[in-house]
This record gives sequence, C-alpha cells and structure tokens, in this order.
Amino acid sequence: MSGLTLVFSIFFYIAIDIFIIGMLLKVWKYVSTPAPLKIPQTPAPKTAAGVGVRMFKDVVFFRSLFRGNKRIWLGGYLFHLALLIVFMKHLRFFLPATPAIIDDLVDIDIYTGFVVVGALAFLFILRLAVDRHFFISVFNDYMLLVFIIAIGTTGLLSRFWEGGGVRSDIPYIKEFVGGLFTFHPGTVPENPLFLTHFSLVMLFLMYFPFSKMVHAVAIFFSPTRNQIDNSREKRWGPWMVKGKRYGQVTPPAAASVLVKDEPTDA
Amino acid sequence: MAEQAAEKTEFDIVAEAHPNKDFKAPELTGEIATPRVEDGMIVKGVTDAIKPHIAKEAIQEKLDFPGTLVDNWDEAVIRRLGELLERYKSLQVYLDTCVRCGSCTDKCQFYLGTNDPNNMPVARAELLRKVYKRYFTTEGKIFRKLAGAEKLDINLLSDWYAYFHQCSQCRRCSVFCPYGIDTAEISMAAREIMDCIGIGQKYVNEILGKVHDIGNNLGMNPKALAATLESTEEDLEEETGQKIRLPLDEEGAEVLMITPSADFFASPHVESLLGYAKVFHQAGISWTFSSKASEAGNFGMFIGNYTQLEKVASRVRDAIDDIRPKRLIVGECGHAWRVAYSFWNTLIGPFDTLDPNYPAPQHICEFTLDLVERGAIKLDKAANDEFTVTFHDSCNVARGSCMGDRPGGQFTIPRELIKASCNRFVDMEKGTIMEETFCCGGGGGLLTDEILQVRIQGAMPRMQALSRVMESDGVNFMALICAICKAQFTKILPKYGVPMSVAGGVHQLVGRAIDLGAKA
Repeated sequence: MSGLTLVFSIFFYIAIDIFIIGMLLKVWKYVSTPAPLKIPQTPAPKTAAGVGVRMFKDVVFFRSLFRGNKRIWLGGYLFHLALLIVFMKHLRFFLPATPAIIDDLVDIDIYTGFVVVGALAFLFILRLAVDRHFFISVFNDYMLLVFIIAIGTTGLLSRFWEGGGVRSDIPYIKEFVGGLFTFHPGTVPENPLFLTHFSLVMLFLMYFPFSKMVHAVAIFFSPTRNQIDNSREKRWGPWMVKGKRYGQVTPPAAASVLVKDEPTDA
Repeated sequence: MAEQAAEKTEFDIVAEAHPNKDFKAPELTGEIATPRVEDGMIVKGVTDAIKPHIAKEAIQEKLDFPGTLVDNWDEAVIRRLGELLERYKSLQVYLDTCVRCGSCTDKCQFYLGTNDPNNMPVARAELLRKVYKRYFTTEGKIFRKLAGAEKLDINLLSDWYAYFHQCSQCRRCSVFCPYGIDTAEISMAAREIMDCIGIGQKYVNEILGKVHDIGNNLGMNPKALAATLESTEEDLEEETGQKIRLPLDEEGAEVLMITPSADFFASPHVESLLGYAKVFHQAGISWTFSSKASEAGNFGMFIGNYTQLEKVASRVRDAIDDIRPKRLIVGECGHAWRVAYSFWNTLIGPFDTLDPNYPAPQHICEFTLDLVERGAIKLDKAANDEFTVTFHDSCNVARGSCMGDRPGGQFTIPRELIKASCNRFVDMEKGTIMEETFCCGGGGGLLTDEILQVRIQGAMPRMQALSRVMESDGVNFMALICAICKAQFTKILPKYGVPMSVAGGVHQLVGRAIDLGAKA
C-alpha cells in the first residue's frame, strides 16, 4: 500500500467515524431529551398517520418553507433534489454492482450537477442581496455555501473536463472507494482533482454533526411538527426528572444560582 | 470619586429604558409593508431601549426567584441554560436546527411594526443561540464569531431583556419555518433564565404573585368577587327583567366555569360574561364560578417556568375537587385556552371525575355553538343588525389549541357562532387570519404601559387588515375571544383613530342575540 493510499484511507475512516458517531450522539440527545408539554403547532393532525403525512410534506416538499418564502424554497428545493440525484449517481462508485436504475439515471441525466451549483449560487446571492437575509447571515452560512459549491465544482470538472483526467481514472477510483467500504482499499489514483473533491467531501462529513447541517435529522424531532394534537383525549406525561415531577424540581431558581466564593484573606 | 458614582452598574444597563409615551401610531393604509433593514440599524436596534419595568425584590422572591441581579449572573445563565437544554427537547432541537434561511424574517408583527431587525424571529432567537453556540457547541467554541457564537456580556443581557419582551410568543414564525422552530419556546427559556438571575419582568411576575395570594390576575378577593357578581346580577335583572344568576362556589353545579378575571368587570370583557350567564340560564344548566380558580389565565407560561405554570393550574384542580362538577368550561381567553387545552391534562389531569361525554376542558364557544345547533338556545340575528362583524383569531387559540374534534375547529367554531348571532360577517384578508393570524401586539406578557410604543407598533399588521375591511365592507365590530386582545385593542384602537367600541367579545354578540323568552 502506497503512503498516499494509507493517508487517504485513514482520512476516510476518521471522517466517516466522526460523521456516524457525531450524528448518533446528536440523535440520541434528541431522543432522550423529554418534551414535557404538548406543543404541536395547530391546526395539527389528530392521529399518528396524520402526523406522518404532515412530516412527509415538510420533509419531501418543504411545505412550510414554500408557504413562507417562494424564492428561498425554489433555491433550497432545487438544491436538495439535485443533490439527492447526484448522490444516487455516485452510488456506482461505492457499490460493487450498480442497480440498473442508477445506470439508466446516469445515462439520461447529465446536468443535475449544474443545478446543485446553480441553486447554491442563487442562495448565496439571496443572502447578499436581500437586506433581511444579509442581516441574519453569519460567516459560516456563506462558508458552507462556498464549501458545497467547491465540492460541486470539482465534481463537475471531474466529469466534464477531459484535462482533469478523472474520467480515465474512474476504474481506479471505483476500486479505491469501493474498497474502502469493504476494508480492502485499492491504490488511490494520484489525480489532484479527484483528491481535492474527495477531501472536501470528507471535511464536509466531519463538520456535519457539529453544525446547522443537523437540520437533516433534527426536523424529525421538532415537537411543533411531530406531536399529535390529542392532549384532551390522551394524557401527556406527567414528566419526571430525578424521580420528581417537573414542576417540583424546576427552578427553585435559587438552587440554580451559584453562590460566589467568599474572598479569602491569604 | 464622583466619576465612580456616575458609573452605571450592570443592573442599570439592563434596566435602562426609554419609554416613549407620545409615540404616534402609523397611518392606516390597509397595506402591510415589509420594512427595509436600513444600514444604521444593523449595529444597534431601534427599540432596544424600550423595556418593561424590572420586578422588585419582593415580587421576585415571592416566586422563589432571586430578588435582584445576582453577582455571578453570567455563570448562572449558562448553568440554567444547560439545565433547560436537558429538560426541553424543543429548546435543544431549535437552538441546533436553524439554518438562517430567512423564511421567518418578514413574518413577525413586531418586526413589521418596529422596523427593528432584532425583532425578526431568527434574529431574536440568535440572541440566545449565539450564547448556546459559544458555551455548548464544538462549532461555536472553535469558530467563535464566524459561526455566530458570542460571549455573554452585560450588553447582550440587556438586549435579551429588551427583545425577549418584544415577543408575544404568538408562534406565527413557526408556521413558516421549514423545521417548525418555535420562537415562543426560545423566548420562554430566555425569560426563565432571566428570572433565575434576578431580572424578572414586573408586570407578569406581580400578577403571578397576585394569583398565588388572592386567586386571580386582578387581585380581587373572594368577597369583592362575590359583591361584583351580585351587583352584576342586579344589573342583568334590570336589563332583562329576568333572574339570571352569576353563581359563585356552588358545590355540585354541573359546570365549573373558569374565565379570565378581567371578565368580571373590565370593559368590554364583562359583556361576554353577561353572554355566558344568559347562555347557561337559557339552556337551564347549573353552573358556577370558583373563587379559588377565579382566573383562567396562566402567566406561568409567559415566563416559561414550569413550576409557576403548574402551581397556577393547580388552583383549577383544587376547584374541581371542591365543587365536583360534571363539566369544565373555559371562557374567552387566548393563552388560557392554550394552557387549558394543551397543558391542563398534563399538569392537573386526569379529569376522570368529569362526565366522559364531554371533552375536558371545553371552550365556551364549543359549548354555546353546540346548544345553538341542538336548538337548546335560540339566537335572534337581527339584534346585532347594527354591526358588520369581523373576527380576530387569537394567536394562542389559532396556533396552540383546537376546538371541537377536527383540526381547524378553533377557526370554524367561533366563526359559526358569530354567524349564528349576526347577519353580516366578513373575514379579514387571507394571510392575516386563522393559522396565519397576527397577534394583537399585547400578548405574551406585553400588556404593560411602559412598552406601549411596542404594543402600538406590534398591532400595526392587524390594524391595517382591520382598516381594510372597515373601508371596503363597513366593518364596525371586531369579535374577540381573548381577554388580552380585548384589553390591548381597547387601548390601541383609539391610537389609530378607530373607535374603542369596535373591539368586543364573541359572547357579547351572543348575549345581545339570545332569545331569553323562547325557552325550549
């Protein structure tokens, strides 16, 4: 195994571990934190199936965002949809045998990668151009957009720029990346464009659990969206903490205020 | 030495406020314009100096909060925030999730009305989120300001005090958030934290103290309450010629009626009280108020303090145990209905001593409309012919509760009841009613005069929508089902040049229309 292969293999395993463990810890935190009161944002469904439908609309169609702001919805929705397609197309690099449907997708679809980058650029411009969005944006909001644009751009160059040499290296890339998943990585192709694309994706995965990217899983735990509106029909709680009811342990505020150490004469 | 004396203490910085009592309401054009974030506002807000009074020591201590700003308040804030994060999924998820997409930025009546960008829901939440990031997240600890994380200092605390008291916890922003982030949950947490370090809000905490001591927000003791009800009964008899009762503490009554104490004598609230009494009288259902639970409101929700929420609600449990009613009915009050509908079962349930045939608790509009539909009471619409009526959906009813057994009953049931009581009903513009209703501008503990400017400004979107139907359809009555909305509009309408009498209760209309002769 070459030194370069070793370095990138280790990089990959570290990034994937951070991503998986980080996300599991996040999910565990959301699962284990109680929601002591019923706070569905009404009108809300009265059945679990209804909540499923509400959640489906928000996750699959971004319904609430659509109601709120059509421009952001357009940019955000196109981006996520295109990213999903691009991700599916990437499966052919990881899987030993590519399902036929993905091969078909690769044949039909050429331009989705441009949609990813274009939609992100649109969202970037919105942040700069709309006074209210500019006011609320922080550096990391721009940075993330640039980061994903960079991932998309290196991806597009790999596919469309012959000079980059990625296309001719594809069999090796497949052997390397596919091998990573079976713990038998092949030799990493020494192609700067591919290595850049690969590294950016790994960095992105490492950042994911510690940033606003957790919105991808957090939405499923949002009490205003995932609770059933049946508080009259079915008693919710009461919730306990340390063996006592919430109302009995919450503040007494005095307990939560630290007593400052008395200055000592030394 | 003199210089030192002039130096502001940390408490002064938080408490410093510049109420503007002469503030002029914006002109009514019928249009709700989204303000631009002007360059000058980017650094500093425009309403950051408009703050409610801070609660005095005695008030704070009565609620087990420190009397004044504690010395090590910065540590105490972080510690309390940590505790709340472990106890409220909403807070944990909502502080993590926001991507600052911008969907909520033009949805808050306080941003639309004040032009202050810190009143955009996301910006308001960021005031707390930046502290969360700095002390609780890896991203914030590494990237600091770049990730929008910020160290807590006295100026930020001062902004908390201002802007978390310019949120009426109406949840309008949550409707448009792709993740359902509920700014009400965040502002409740922020107020809870501020209470825990000794800077509570005077208006709300004083009222909570009154509820514990006396039994209701207005501080009417049982004797005064009994006297008021008695004299109101006399007035009713004079008006109608019938003996319509307003019973108090009658054990074994079929219905226990819990209503906001403002209904007992504030105007126009009391008109609705007369309406309830006439409905019970005409339907022939025995009922009673309780002097122990002479308040439906629960300001514990406004300060996000679970103990206070439970303690205030427990008075209702005590009243149920004393009176042993079959049914529990709640009067016209927005946040009270949210607490009753969504929280009572958790806080003081189960209600297994009540008649299982009726939902518990039940809203007075559900109750009355059911009687109308069954023909148990008759309404003469012509009695309200002088009115063209519109309906203001109260925020807590619209987005935090329901009526009837179908989602959206909280919109249809009051409207059907209004339509049964009058001949002319018009809805205000889509986007300003039902799920997307605007707050009156006085909810969530903001109903205090030192921040009148913010209340006037916050009412702007509702006032524009109202003025539009007043112009186009001749609307002259806005029906309300909330004691806070009633108090707020009675004060605010004249500021906009609209007569105070335009604001009234739904049961005010019912009370005028009810046919007291035709007993079934």
